[in-house]
Amino acid sequence: MRIDVAHIARLSRIAMSEEERAHFEEQLARIVDYVDQLQEVDVTDVPPTAHAITRHNVFRADEPRASLTNEQALANAPDEARGYFKVPAIIEEA
Amino acid sequence: MLCYANAHELVRRMQAGELSAQEITRAVLERIDEVEGTVGAYVNLCPERALETAGAVDDARARGTDLPPLAGVPIAVKDVICMQGMPTTCSSRILENFRPPYDATVARRVIDGRMPVLGKANMDEFAMGSSTENSAFHITRNPWDTERIPGGSSGGSAAAVAAGEAILALGSDTGGSIRQPACLCGVVGLKPTYGRVSRYGLVAFASSLDQIGPITRSVRDCALLLGAISGHDPLDSTSLDEPVPDYAASLERPVSGMRIGVPAEYFTEGIDGDVRESVEAAIDQLVSLGAKRVDISLPHTKYAVATYYIVATAEASSNLARYDGVHYGYRSKSADQASDASAIIALYENTRAEGFGDEVKRRIMLGTYALSAGYYDAYYLRALRVRTLLRRDFDAAFEKVDCVACPVSPTPAFRIGEKMDDPLSMYLSDIYTISANLAGIPGISVPCGLTSQGLPVGLQLLGSPLGEEALLRLAYAFEQSTEHHTVRPELAGKGAA
Repeated sequence: MRIDVAHIARLSRIAMSEEERAHFEEQLARIVDYVDQLQEVDVTDVPPTAHAITRHNVFRADEPRASLTNEQALANAPDEARGYFKVPAIIEEA
Repeated sequence: MLCYANAHELVRRMQAGELSAQEITRAVLERIDEVEGTVGAYVNLCPERALETAGAVDDARARGTDLPPLAGVPIAVKDVICMQGMPTTCSSRILENFRPPYDATVARRVIDGRMPVLGKANMDEFAMGSSTENSAFHITRNPWDTERIPGGSSGGSAAAVAAGEAILALGSDTGGSIRQPACLCGVVGLKPTYGRVSRYGLVAFASSLDQIGPITRSVRDCALLLGAISGHDPLDSTSLDEPVPDYAASLERPVSGMRIGVPAEYFTEGIDGDVRESVEAAIDQLVSLGAKRVDISLPHTKYAVATYYIVATAEASSNLARYDGVHYGYRSKSADQASDASAIIALYENTRAEGFGDEVKRRIMLGTYALSAGYYDAYYLRALRVRTLLRRDFDAAFEKVDCVACPVSPTPAFRIGEKMDDPLSMYLSDIYTISANLAGIPGISVPCGLTSQGLPVGLQLLGSPLGEEALLRLAYAFEQSTEHHTVRPELAGKGAA
């Protein structure tokens, strides 16, 4: 199985050099070949299991509670300004 | 040596006034000072904090205050569990400077349980790996043979306990990450039933598989620590609202008449001869204690690894999308001069390229692939259906038996570097442990001997949902009737040749 690693890396938001791409392509192809054995299993009428231990939806009272302060929320931010997370400009100034 | 004492003995001696929590903590810190340079079990140490907790325990005891069961027993916490104000890195560059603004529920239980926290234990980056070689910071060496890996991903936690660098430790297990390193390091490790222990504040890898659990040197300590961290948590909607039994209280109940299932599929090709022999002997030992051996079949076992590496990576690709260099964690310094949407995309892509290691990238990409247009039905949905079949295998088995006995790892600890260039062979080393995560059931690894090369082997017992008591009772009976748990590694300390 050939995998378009450039495409998958783009979807994954991971920058990648040509060399890395070739390296991952070979490894991922082997892994996908291995997991392809799932295709031989008869899963007719078998429902999917997303969670092994059955749980019903859990509700709680919709009441305001204390949360992180603005300062706490920003304490680990790589960049911040005026109480907001700061990112590179993505819209040109008018 | 105090650093090799069991928690329950230390508690008894503290209660009798023979020992203080500070003496114990100091002894373990001295041991860390002696061997940590060789083992590398920790990514961050906090000796002052540990001594402060220990001092407060001693003061409280002197005042006659009632103390929790494990008060004063020093513990290592895997660096995937958030502790407020302490670095929580997941052994990843992307979280190198991250200090959580809150405590994980399990961390809270440790703090409220007044256990001195020694530090954060090394691991495979984001708990992805079976050898702890994927840590972005350093490798951890197996205390039994420092040329070998300690297992993973909770390799730091297991190595710390095996080397006397902690009395207790917490690990997390998504596909065997508690049981396999416990096995390879000759200690006890338990993965609880999914939902038994809160995941709030456990940095997510695969949310439907992850569980926190204890790593200890004795089954009794395992029961005590499990009791301390278990229970319902309103902050985790997948946490089970079920009463927590007194696990230590039922350890000594007899095991005669308990039915032990031995699955044929776990003793086929690929298993090391010494491992097989030790595990077979352990099963015979349980039979000699009165348990009944029942040969069973778990017919979908051969599909477990494939199922796991689709389900776990799909969940990981989604969970790890949060590391974007904006809210917290590492941000790439490589500037992009564009001032349109491409600038922020480049920020994400460079941050993740520089911040994640290769194994994390592989898994994110594999999961993204399994979930991508055109492949979702063939891979992800199909894997979820096979997961149902794997779970039904266990449901059928537990109609006939009280627990399943099998190996933990097909081989003893392998050499450092041996599998690093071959991710698939690394994945296949999880073959005996991942089914329990897919089925949500509990599993324990208990030492059951050494190979001819002197490397530890573990017996794995798997139980029905919330069947931890039965597992612990069997593991305890086995442990108490054998000498395996009394053997310690010969680990040369500082200054040794």
